[in-house]
Amino acid sequence: MNETYRALAEFAQTWGLLYFVGIFLCVLAYALSPRRGKQFEDAARMPLRED
Amino acid sequence: MTQLHSAAGEAGGSGATEPGVDQSGKKMTFGEGGLAFVFAVLALACITVAAKTHDAAYAFHAYLSAFASLAAVFVILNRYVDRPADLPAREIEGKPNYNFGPVKFATIAAMFWGIAGFLVGVIIAFQLAFPWLNLDLPWTAFGRLRPLHTSAVIFAFGGNVLIGTSFYVVQRTSRARLAGYLAPWFVVLGYNFFILLAGTGYLLGITQSKEYAEPEWYADLWLTAVWVAYLLVFLATLWRRREPHIYVANWFYLAFIVTIAMLHIGNNAAIPVSVFSPKSYIVWSGVQDAMVQWWYGHNAVGFFLTAGFLAIMYYFIPKRADRPVYSYRLSIIHFWALIFIYIWAGPHHLHYTALPDWAQTLGMTFSIILWMPSWGGMINGLMTLSGAWDKLRTDPVLRLMVVSVAFYGMATFEGPLMSVKSVNSLSHYTDWTIGHVHAGALGWVAYISFGAIYCLVPWLWQKRELYSLRLVNWHFWISTIGIVFYISAMWVSGILQGLMWRAYTSLGFLEYSFIETVEAMHPFYIIRAVGGVLFLVGALIMAFNVFMTIRQPDLAEAGTDLRHPSLVPAE
Repeated sequence: MNETYRALAEFAQTWGLLYFVGIFLCVLAYALSPRRGKQFEDAARMPLRED
Repeated sequence: MTQLHSAAGEAGGSGATEPGVDQSGKKMTFGEGGLAFVFAVLALACITVAAKTHDAAYAFHAYLSAFASLAAVFVILNRYVDRPADLPAREIEGKPNYNFGPVKFATIAAMFWGIAGFLVGVIIAFQLAFPWLNLDLPWTAFGRLRPLHTSAVIFAFGGNVLIGTSFYVVQRTSRARLAGYLAPWFVVLGYNFFILLAGTGYLLGITQSKEYAEPEWYADLWLTAVWVAYLLVFLATLWRRREPHIYVANWFYLAFIVTIAMLHIGNNAAIPVSVFSPKSYIVWSGVQDAMVQWWYGHNAVGFFLTAGFLAIMYYFIPKRADRPVYSYRLSIIHFWALIFIYIWAGPHHLHYTALPDWAQTLGMTFSIILWMPSWGGMINGLMTLSGAWDKLRTDPVLRLMVVSVAFYGMATFEGPLMSVKSVNSLSHYTDWTIGHVHAGALGWVAYISFGAIYCLVPWLWQKRELYSLRLVNWHFWISTIGIVFYISAMWVSGILQGLMWRAYTSLGFLEYSFIETVEAMHPFYIIRAVGGVLFLVGALIMAFNVFMTIRQPDLAEAGTDLRHPSLVPAE
């Protein structure tokens, strides 16, 4: 029981941490990439469009 | 304009076809036939259960369900007979043929449940100040009315607002008609039937005693079916979108729908004693059950009361202010950070309990980290007004929504603070928690909902503007004073209560007996109840305004352009 806990905790504290930081970096890269500037500017106006 | 009219006409049932006249090529769809059959079987099953159960309250629910199932069969068949051979077109003359019928229903239902929920809130607030108001009857006891209040405001009022606005926003930002013919109505009506089962169950004493998850197994199963249909309708509408990009509000709605499904199933994994009994037992035991419950409970706050209403913020504030979202990039980071962090914060409800210490610390840490995405979102919402701040002076609807975002910022500052163990040791189990919840519920959730309804009603019913912006102003100020009364009374009483509980004499005895702390609360309970009355009065003013708006002559009759329904400046 104690061993399971220790193994899980170790996994969470290393790989889990890296996994979340990795995802967060991906989100940042996606959101902040200069290539998508125009796309996001358009998206920000989506509610204002009328059809 | 045409497509809006046809959408509205379709919802009311088309009168163009003569009932009974066989139209060439008219076929019942699989959905119509299948659903009618399922409801017919369900009606039979419910009658059997009603006949065999020994529990009167459960029998009442079974009869209610049988009646509703039969009504559903009738409505489906009747709708089939009345409809033209072709199902409503997805597009008319190249423009989306929006389906706003279910949105209208959800909007009215939200208004109705809102007032019912606020009223029960006022009643139980007075019960706390004057216990004789419990009337010594089981059905009117605080213990039964309290879940009625919480469910009515969160799930009935908030839920209808979320379903209604999500069906509106997903159509408008995808430029596509809502997927499904009967499915959207199944979602809206089915959800409201769940509310009916839940609410009447509480009054009759049917509960599984889990906070915010009180309904018993059969109501939970029904909600699961409704919720899966909701998810499918939403996804299918996104799937057929004409816009390449999925607007951020839809991401928030989707996170809300998916996570609620997961939470609902996880926290209601219960085994009924028998199909003839309303009672069930949860498969989790002891502290695991507590952990699952607060994983559910806090994420009901995070995904129902936050993510869903943030979706409303991201659509209705830009729309009403006629300004683009301040930073779309921030909205994306806001979204992913919020959903990834919220899911871990639940253990802060179980500080100083049997829950392992590390889990408590984990919950506390994630709660504190939540500060950042919460405030990022708040800043994004508020700054969307840059260049349009003057509208706050003239448009009380926008003011409602902006104050709502400010309350969101305040409540998400207070929450992490209260999740810190040392603060929690003072605040937990006191009225401070109640005050905090209501800062979020009244200030954030209800205000953004009011703002959305005030926007939606003229759009849906094709009116130029609301019946009266002055009445919105009255609503705003009366309710705001009510909220201030409420939360300041609860801050004072909560901290007083916490301090009295932990006060020791020089000899090491507790300084106050419990009843002395209850007596000390009395004046604050009265102030809180008065605050609640003011909030209720505001909502009644709103209901009147909404009713009068719907009764106004149509825009088309008034001969005005519908292109920019939200852009009419306030007087």
